[in-house]
Amino acid sequence: MAPKTIEEFAQAEYKYGFKTEIDSDTIPKGLTEETVRLISSRKKEPAFMLEFRLKAFRHWQTMKEPAWANVHYPPIDYQDIIYYSAPKKTEAAKFKSMDEVDPELRKTFERLGISLMEQKKLAGVAVDAIFDSVSVATSYKEKLLEVGVMFCPISEALEKYPDLVKKYMGSVVPYTDNFFAALNSAVFSDGSFVYIPKNTRCPMELSTYFRINTEGSGQFERTLIVCEDNSFVSYLEGCTAPKFDTNQLHAAVVELVALENSEIKYSTVQNWYTGDPKTGKGGIFNFVTKRGKCLGKNSKISWTQVETGSAITWKYPGCILIGDNSVGEFYSVALTNHFQQADTGSKMIHIGKNTKSTIISKGISAGQAVNNYRGAVEIKRSAANARNYTKCDSLLIGPKCSANTFPYIDVQNQTAQIEHEASTSKVSDDQLFYLRQRGISTEDAMGAIINGFCRDVFRELPGEFAVEATQLLGLKLEGTVG
Amino acid sequence: MLSIRNLHAGISGKKILKGFNLEVKAGEVHAIMGPNGSGKSTLARVLAGDENYEVTQGEVTFQGKNILKLEPEDRALLGIFLAFQYPVEIPGVNNGSFLRMAYNAKRRHMQKPEVDPLEFDEILREKLKIVEMSPDFINRSVNQGFSGGEKKRNEIMQMAVLDPTLGILDETDSGLDIDALRIVAEGVNRLKKPENAFLVITHYQRLLNHVVPDFVHILSDGKIVRSGKKELAVELEQKGYDLVAANVDGA
Repeated sequence: MAPKTIEEFAQAEYKYGFKTEIDSDTIPKGLTEETVRLISSRKKEPAFMLEFRLKAFRHWQTMKEPAWANVHYPPIDYQDIIYYSAPKKTEAAKFKSMDEVDPELRKTFERLGISLMEQKKLAGVAVDAIFDSVSVATSYKEKLLEVGVMFCPISEALEKYPDLVKKYMGSVVPYTDNFFAALNSAVFSDGSFVYIPKNTRCPMELSTYFRINTEGSGQFERTLIVCEDNSFVSYLEGCTAPKFDTNQLHAAVVELVALENSEIKYSTVQNWYTGDPKTGKGGIFNFVTKRGKCLGKNSKISWTQVETGSAITWKYPGCILIGDNSVGEFYSVALTNHFQQADTGSKMIHIGKNTKSTIISKGISAGQAVNNYRGAVEIKRSAANARNYTKCDSLLIGPKCSANTFPYIDVQNQTAQIEHEASTSKVSDDQLFYLRQRGISTEDAMGAIINGFCRDVFRELPGEFAVEATQLLGLKLEGTVG
Repeated sequence: MLSIRNLHAGISGKKILKGFNLEVKAGEVHAIMGPNGSGKSTLARVLAGDENYEVTQGEVTFQGKNILKLEPEDRALLGIFLAFQYPVEIPGVNNGSFLRMAYNAKRRHMQKPEVDPLEFDEILREKLKIVEMSPDFINRSVNQGFSGGEKKRNEIMQMAVLDPTLGILDETDSGLDIDALRIVAEGVNRLKKPENAFLVITHYQRLLNHVVPDFVHILSDGKIVRSGKKELAVELEQKGYDLVAANVDGA
C-alpha cells in the first residue's frame, strides 16, 4: 500500500521568486568607513546622522558575530555584500503622484499583490514600498498628514523632521545593542517613519512592503514608530525576495516608542525566500532587532508575527515596559520547513509597576527544519506586581524536524507573577485519519489542523492579513503531506 | 450493499482477521460481538481505510465497488462512516467549521453547491437536537475537553450531519452511562432508513436493547463463529463468550 503519511515530502513553489530587470545605482561590494560615508552622502543626510553611522561602524568593528543562537550557517563575508542598491531615478520624495513611479517597479509590486495606486488599494491601508535600499513609493501620505500622521520613508523624515528622528532613533535599540543592530546603524539605507501626534487614532492601517531584488545585496532597513499620548496605530510589514542561490543578508532594526495611554500594534507577515527546498541552498539570512519601549503610563505595544520565509531567522521582538501599568504582547507563528532554521522568541523587560506581558509562541516544524523558541522575561526590582504569561507550543510534522524551547526568566521583585507553559505535539496520523474519514482531503485536513494550532495568533492579525497568513501557511506546507 | 469475502488483515505483521465473511443489505442492522482481541476494531479500521492495517487477502465491495484500494476520504465520500471508539482531539479546530468542511466535501462529491456558514448553522441546530447537545458545543474545538459521553454523542451527531449509507459504530457504547447510551441509541434509530445500513460493533449486549439488530454475529479469533438473530445477543450475555463460541464447535 502506498502510504500517504505526513512523512512524505513534495516541493512547494515559491511564487515570489522572480527578479525585476531594472537599472540600479549600485555601489561596489564591501564595507569600510568610506562605504558608510558614501551611503550617507547619497542620501544627503544631516551631519548628526553621519556621526551616528560612523560611531556605529567603529563600534561594530570591535564586535563579534553572536554564536549563541541554535542556528548553523557558513560564515558571512561582510566584504562580499552590496550595501547600497537603488533603482535609478526613484526617490519617492520626488514623486508628485504615484503615476510617476517607474512602471517596472509598479508592476513588480502589483505582482506581489501590492498596488501602489491609491484608488486600487485595499481600502484603508497605506503602503510604503521599499525596493532594495530605498523607498520607491508611499501611498496616502498627504491624506494622513491632514490628521497630523507622518508616514514616509525614513530618508525623507531625516529631511523634513530631523529633530524627531534625532530624538528617537537609537533610543530603543542603541547601536551598541548587538552585532547586527550595530551593522544596521552604520549602513541602513531606508525604512519607514511613522509619527502619530497626541490624541490621534491613525485612520488607516499603515504598512511597509520590503522587496530585496539585487543579487548579492543586503537589506538594512530601519523603522521608527512614535506614538504620542492617547494615540493608536496599527502597522503591518510584509517581505519577499527573488530566488537566488546565494544567501542574502537582511539585518533590520525596528524601534517603537509608545507614550502615555497610547498603543502600537505591529504585525509582520514575513515571506522571504527560504532557500532551495531540496538542497537548502540560497535564501535570506534574517537577523533582525525589533524592540518597543512603553515609555508612558498605560501604554501598550503588541507584536504579532507570522514568520514563514528566511533560511535563517534570528529575531526576538520585545518590549521594555517602563511606564506603570504598561502592557507588552508578543504573538508569533514561526513556520520552518525543509532546511530552514529559526531561533526566535521575545524579550519582555518589566521596569514599571503593574506592568503586564504576554508571550504566545507557536512553532511549526516540518521537513528537516529546526525551530527554536528563545525568550527572556526580566522583572526588575522596581516592577512591583508585574505579571507575565508565556505559552510556547511546538507542532512537529514528520520525524526529521525538531523544536526546542529556551526560556530565560530573571525575577528581582517578589511580587511578580510569572507563568510559563510549553507543549510539544505532533500532527498525528490519527488526527489526519479522523478528518479524512469524514471525507476531508489530506491537504485540507492538514490545513485545518495547522490553522487550529495557530488560531490564538491569527486572531491578533488585522482582518485581511489573517486571511493572507492562513493562505500563506497552506502554501508553505503544500506537499508536506501525501 | 456491503460484501466482505475471506478477509485477512493485520497490523505490524500480526494477523488479526483470518477469513472474515459478511453480507450486509440495505435496511439492515448487523451487530458484531466478540471478546477483546477478536478483531472487532480491526474490522472497523480496515473498512474505513486506516493505512496502518494491512490487508493480505480477500475482498470488500461496497455497492458493487471494490473499496480496498480507495483512500479513506474517498470511502467516506461513497457513504462509509466510522464512529470512532476513541475520537481524537483536534485543538483549535472549531467543531462547527470542521463539520461544515466535511459536509461541503460531500456536497462537492455529489455535485451540489456548497452551503455557507449561515445555512449550515441551521442544519446543525436541527441535528444537535438528535443528540441533545447544546448549541455552544459548535464553537468548541473538535473533541477537546469533551467528556467520554460528549465525544460519543459528537460522533453520532457527525453521522447525522453526513447521513451515511453505511454507519459503522466501533464500541460506541463503551464507557457510556445509561442516559448517554439512550441518546446514542435513539440517534442511530432516527437515522435508520430502508436505504442505509449499520454495523454495530460492541462488546456488550446492552446497546442492543436500544438498537435492535436484525442479525448478530459472534467474532472470535478473526472469524465469525456464529450468526443468529437478536436472541443470540441475549444468550451471549447469559452464557458468556466462551460457552457460546464453544457451542459452535459442539454443534
